[in-house]
Amino acid sequence: MSEVLLEAKAVAKHFGGVKALRDVSLSIRRGEIYGLIGPNGAGKTTFFNCMTGLYVPDGGGFSFSGTPLVADAPHQAAERGIARTFQNIRLFGNMTALENVMVGRHVRTKAGVLGAMFQNAATRAEEAAIRQRAIDLLHYVRIEDRADDLAKNLSYGDQRRLEIARALATEPQLLCLDEPAAGMNATETAELRELIDGIRRDGTTVLLIEHDVKLVMGLCDRVAVLDYGALVIEDVPAVVQKDQRVIEAYLGA
Amino acid sequence: MDIFLQQIINGLVQGSIYALVALGYTMVYGIMGLINFAHGEVVMIGTLVTITVAGTLLKAGMPVALAGMAGLMAAVLVCMALGWALERVAYRPLRHAPRLTPLITAIGMSIVLQNLAMMLWGRNYMTFPSLLPKVDFELAGANFTAIQIIIVLVSAATMGGLLLLVYRTKLGMAMRATAQNPAVASLMGVNINRVIAAAFVIGSALGALAGVMVGTYYEIAHYQMGFMLGLKAFTAAVLGGIGNLAGAMLGGVLLGLIEALGAGYIGDLTGGFLGSHYQDIFAFVVLIVVLMFKPSGLFGEKTGDRA
Repeated sequence: MSEVLLEAKAVAKHFGGVKALRDVSLSIRRGEIYGLIGPNGAGKTTFFNCMTGLYVPDGGGFSFSGTPLVADAPHQAAERGIARTFQNIRLFGNMTALENVMVGRHVRTKAGVLGAMFQNAATRAEEAAIRQRAIDLLHYVRIEDRADDLAKNLSYGDQRRLEIARALATEPQLLCLDEPAAGMNATETAELRELIDGIRRDGTTVLLIEHDVKLVMGLCDRVAVLDYGALVIEDVPAVVQKDQRVIEAYLGA
Repeated sequence: MDIFLQQIINGLVQGSIYALVALGYTMVYGIMGLINFAHGEVVMIGTLVTITVAGTLLKAGMPVALAGMAGLMAAVLVCMALGWALERVAYRPLRHAPRLTPLITAIGMSIVLQNLAMMLWGRNYMTFPSLLPKVDFELAGANFTAIQIIIVLVSAATMGGLLLLVYRTKLGMAMRATAQNPAVASLMGVNINRVIAAAFVIGSALGALAGVMVGTYYEIAHYQMGFMLGLKAFTAAVLGGIGNLAGAMLGGVLLGLIEALGAGYIGDLTGGFLGSHYQDIFAFVVLIVVLMFKPSGLFGEKTGDRA
């Protein structure tokens, strides 16, 4: 199998007395769709937050394409090639859909304060390129006709798509989706599934946190199950589905 | 009617200056929720640097236009550096402190800068060199000068430029994104520290420009001049809805007009009991009224979405 893109080594995180993550170790391979599932409160989102630099882990750490991932500030995780969406959508509501995606291009472009003030040719060319790439991404997630609408005025499904487009704008090697199907109907979920599959085909590794077990089992190459902050199992869907501990975690033992 | 028109003109000029200074308050507040009370002192230092640089060059025999430009450039550069240093030294270490802490620090920085200016430039009033030709115009019984026209035009152009920067460029987009949600903006690769520093630097450049305008207009400067100007501009920012750029511009002009008209008519209204030197009360009456009845200001949005 192919190389490991992200490796978590004994990652631990406590909130007061609550052990949100207990020495979680797992590895995501380049090019796969990796599912992370578990009951509510199992620590899935905490794991995301540690990985993207929003939280500092209390123990363990991550390595990303072979080198340690030291995320002092979240923009460094973005620079390394990790992008994410949020369980509760967090768009820039008062900016247009197009602008939201353009913000995501930040990490891959360089014109600074002086360029912005004096508008030299290089800055203008770069800003035109950012705009074009953002339009392409809106096409990619099929909401190009909403480009000039404020993000807060988009439908729920379109907001989810916009978040994915914004994350893709950072040119991630690893795209982390936090419950992208939450609140979606069957049609929207089917479209989302197609979109995620397409993203992987185009070369981006996907980490998927999801409650919709059917979606995860149908889409993912490998699945990890968290329960009470600890890793229960990490394997292909067919094995995970039959695992007694997973069934207990979901149904209560 | 001539006093009315006259005071409208005076108010527009004063208001343009308030607006430029108010933008410095509102940009910083919009992005990080901090009221930088030292901003008035940045303006003051802009004025005093211009006096020193332009004055020295004039004495050395340089033409007025060149000396004036050099003075303005020096003021802008010094103030940009000062704004950057303020953020780096005084506010960044307190980014995650309770909100009262940076506020008190801001007042402290204001005192530090005033005293620093007193040590460097002395405690006496200083004369600002005449950098613009004195030409008078008359319109329907009201007088105005070339300086006044230039102040209004340059302010308007600068504010237009700022709006372009904020709504048309990548940096502006990063600033708006950071104002709405710093955590998510940084996950998208926006370097929050750079964006906040940019807000301070740009706001200080506008402040320096305002400082030069104040000097040119009143031809006098003093190390304490930034205090009252800063409070007035802060009032203008609150009036327009602090955090909102268009609000700061409109608030500045409105405040200038209210003050000028108030000063023009207060004598008549009180039967000569209060004279036009009471004009300062209008700004603070406005501040109190806004805070009582519409604390979010003219263009301000509901608060509560700030972390």
